[in-house]
Amino acid sequence: MNEIVEVPSPFCGIGTDDLIIKVDGLKVSVVENGCAVNTSAFEQPITDTKARINGKEVELNEAISHAASLLKNANYPVIGGCATDVNGMRGLLALADRTGAVVDNMNFNNARKNILALQDSGWMTTTLAEVKNRCDLLLIVGTDLEGFAPRFFEKYLWNEAMFLENTSDREIIYLGTKPSGNASTSPNGKTAQVFECENEGLPEIVAVLRALVKGQSIHAESVEGISIADLTAIADKLKAAKYGVVTWAAGALNYSHAELTVQTICEMVKDINQTTRCSGFPLGGKDGDQTANQVCGWTTGYAARVSFAKGYPEYDPFLFETNELLNNGEADALVWVNAFNAQAKPPKTNVPTIVVARSGMTFEKEPDVFIPVGTPAIDHAGHAFRLDNVVAIRLKKLRDSNLPSTAEVLNAIEQVLHEESVC
Amino acid sequence: MLIKLTGGTVYDPASGIDGKQQDIYVQDGKIIDKPIGDFLVDKEYDLKGKVVMSGAIDMHTHIGGGKGNIARTLLPEDHRQDPVASNDVCRSGCGHAMPSTFVTGYRYAEMGYTAGFEPALLPINARQAHMEMGDIPILDKGGYVMLGSDDYLLRMLTAKKDQKAINDYVAWTMHSAKAIGVKVVNPGGINAFKFNQRKLDLDEQNSHYGVTPREILRVLATAVKELGIAKPLHVHGCNLGVPGNMDTTLDTIQGIGGLPMHLTHIQFHSYGTEGDFKFSSGAARIAEAVNKNKNITIDVGQILFGQTVTASGDNMRQHANNKFASPNKWVTMDIECDAGCGVVPFKYKDKNFVNALQWAIGLETFLLVKDPWRIFLTTDHPNGAPFTSYPHLIRLLMDRTFRNDVLSTIHPEAQKMTTLASIEREYTLQEIAIMTRAGAAKLIGLQNRGGLSAGNWADITIYTDNVDRQKMFEKPDYVFKDGEVVVIDGKVVHTKWGTTHIVKPDYDKSIEKDLKVYFDKYLTMKIDNFRISDNEFTEDGRGSLTVHDLKAVA
Repeated sequence: MNEIVEVPSPFCGIGTDDLIIKVDGLKVSVVENGCAVNTSAFEQPITDTKARINGKEVELNEAISHAASLLKNANYPVIGGCATDVNGMRGLLALADRTGAVVDNMNFNNARKNILALQDSGWMTTTLAEVKNRCDLLLIVGTDLEGFAPRFFEKYLWNEAMFLENTSDREIIYLGTKPSGNASTSPNGKTAQVFECENEGLPEIVAVLRALVKGQSIHAESVEGISIADLTAIADKLKAAKYGVVTWAAGALNYSHAELTVQTICEMVKDINQTTRCSGFPLGGKDGDQTANQVCGWTTGYAARVSFAKGYPEYDPFLFETNELLNNGEADALVWVNAFNAQAKPPKTNVPTIVVARSGMTFEKEPDVFIPVGTPAIDHAGHAFRLDNVVAIRLKKLRDSNLPSTAEVLNAIEQVLHEESVC
Repeated sequence: MLIKLTGGTVYDPASGIDGKQQDIYVQDGKIIDKPIGDFLVDKEYDLKGKVVMSGAIDMHTHIGGGKGNIARTLLPEDHRQDPVASNDVCRSGCGHAMPSTFVTGYRYAEMGYTAGFEPALLPINARQAHMEMGDIPILDKGGYVMLGSDDYLLRMLTAKKDQKAINDYVAWTMHSAKAIGVKVVNPGGINAFKFNQRKLDLDEQNSHYGVTPREILRVLATAVKELGIAKPLHVHGCNLGVPGNMDTTLDTIQGIGGLPMHLTHIQFHSYGTEGDFKFSSGAARIAEAVNKNKNITIDVGQILFGQTVTASGDNMRQHANNKFASPNKWVTMDIECDAGCGVVPFKYKDKNFVNALQWAIGLETFLLVKDPWRIFLTTDHPNGAPFTSYPHLIRLLMDRTFRNDVLSTIHPEAQKMTTLASIEREYTLQEIAIMTRAGAAKLIGLQNRGGLSAGNWADITIYTDNVDRQKMFEKPDYVFKDGEVVVIDGKVVHTKWGTTHIVKPDYDKSIEKDLKVYFDKYLTMKIDNFRISDNEFTEDGRGSLTVHDLKAVA
């Protein structure tokens, strides 16, 4: 039995690295500082250790050869999931380059709401340590923040800060979805202001809030159930704050063209910065989605929805969606990569399917090839990106499971195809 | 394997060789003396009539780190103009303003470059920067760690910690972030922007800490010197891009009191306020100061006309310049009580008065600074122009007729405001070799790089002499990296992985006690998780670290 301290997590997006974890053989238990997200993610048990072809256990190199032969015969493979560490993504992109595949991160439809706004007009953002030490007003739009990251308030708001006398005085405002618990109540009992509405009303509400920030007069008395007086008060607070932060989880903005809401938020933040400081803070980064976008970004120039079919990377945030390509019969093979979560299963399809995933994944329909891999941060060391984009965390190895890493498996498949192309 | 490069005309300023015909022998990746007695050459290259230089070194190029990847994500329309397909040897990617990592390596190598240094390694973002550079093939790389707006240093200055304590912190940060130099960007200004200050002059106080940029420059330049770091403090000064900032720059030179200091992309800091448009060239006065003060080195940050993207740690100035964004979108970021960044796409136009004069100011600077060992050829890639424009820039420096032809096409008012037409100087091949090879290696403190004498690593570039210097420098006949041929006729034929150059200055380990308290209380990462370990470079079997010697400290 072995106790490991200061364990970083790639699962929660906020880069928690104070976990204390007990390792007993292959069993992992979070002893301290766990949460609803991290504890279950770390403690998923290993069940499979052997690769399978059509449900039959085989040696790893057999599974790799078979995967390579399936890909060799494919004209337009798609590599979905893309939930792994930096080296895993490096291997994945090399394989895609070799096979002319599409690369598509499974959370891209959410990330797209942010990326479309970024690519159209840009934004001003901040990172966790700035939030922790400077944020005097946090406006949370359409998101249950403690549901997203249970320890967010404890770790980054109700603490000691360099530039705030008493962090309990921080102002927390919810607009849209109400919080699921009391984490946002400060240690001295100050509660968050909650202006609840359906998230579908946020496009109008955020547009009015931005107009109020810019000093436009609004003739209506309320918008989507929120009074203009309340929105005016929020606008005034944003302008009075020294370092306001506006946060949202794109995944929670679950209506069409939510990118326009994100854009309005980001443009409002820019407006506020004409006189004081304010920053946007997009939430995300779970299970390697930020990692996928970052590594794909430096390798191809584009975020992680890219096709290599023409021999060079092409980016299209809509056309290269895994489910679309499978459903309309374009893709003729699927590689599903998810080293983080055995519950994140591949989409149903009739095309040849190779699954490179966390041990324990079960299937309604057995894939042609299944290769269980180690989980970064548990079975092998690696790197992952936090939600705030510029911070990469160093993942530790906690146990000896002898499971191969995503990178080892994907590099091996790529190597087989490379050798065949040379011969 | 013994390789002989026969009969080339060698320009090797590191050995004082200026265009002399001589043979070079290469074995096991390194240049060796001619073997004694009988020996068998495995491979001979006939280089009669060819120009031989060591591999070029870009001492300031933004090739790794968060802001570059933000720039990439921001500009899909730019990448679409320059898709790069894979082939038997090379990976696919994209080119132009902010190329993908693999394409960065290929295109540098295809111009005869074998090393590039990222000048803005944010301590908290260093891991990303090294991982990106880890995906740049062929080139050696390294970085200058960015300090000066980090709250820890500013707290030390407010608390009047002594120079020794600051030296320890600087050395510790270099170890943690794996750096070969130290950079400061808008000293204290990035931090001041977080307190809503919108400008910070050399003697203006940070509203929270009461510290001035002048103090920050002095303690950091002193730390670099006292730690024995070869690379002088790399300074992106105050007031970037502001008309009249020439005075700040001159004051910065005077104020450093003879300490070694490198002023980077000085073109952006050499502006006066004369003329109808209140914007004029300060190049002559800056060059005069550089010529006089031997402790000062500079790189130019030349702008060249066309679309690019500016990516800088200086979010205070980038925010102020966002109205010039073209296309109209931009990003700024406050980062981890450590630093910041700003990304603003830019299109420099020859018919725009300011842009045209910026172009002339850069060239005036190149031509008026006399000592090629103290000036370096950069565009501050991608901020002034993408690095792929270097051959064009070399032609502008080496060919007065060509230079004046281009000059005659820029904004007419800018032509009146520059002395460029009257400057007769043309750079020689030897001077180009100094700026882009021997001088750069000496400045950074690279041992066994940037020269062609025995003992150097065999990073060698061979060109066909051509009066059209642009054509000559954009397509070398051969490029060798560590003795392996990587480029033939301007195309990559083979790839390998370069090393990462660092230094490891000594420090008092006890400073970690206070740092650990600070990390636990205020930052978002444990100090042991923050430090980048050596095996993060080597564990995938591609990367390596090369530790360079420190200078003897008097």
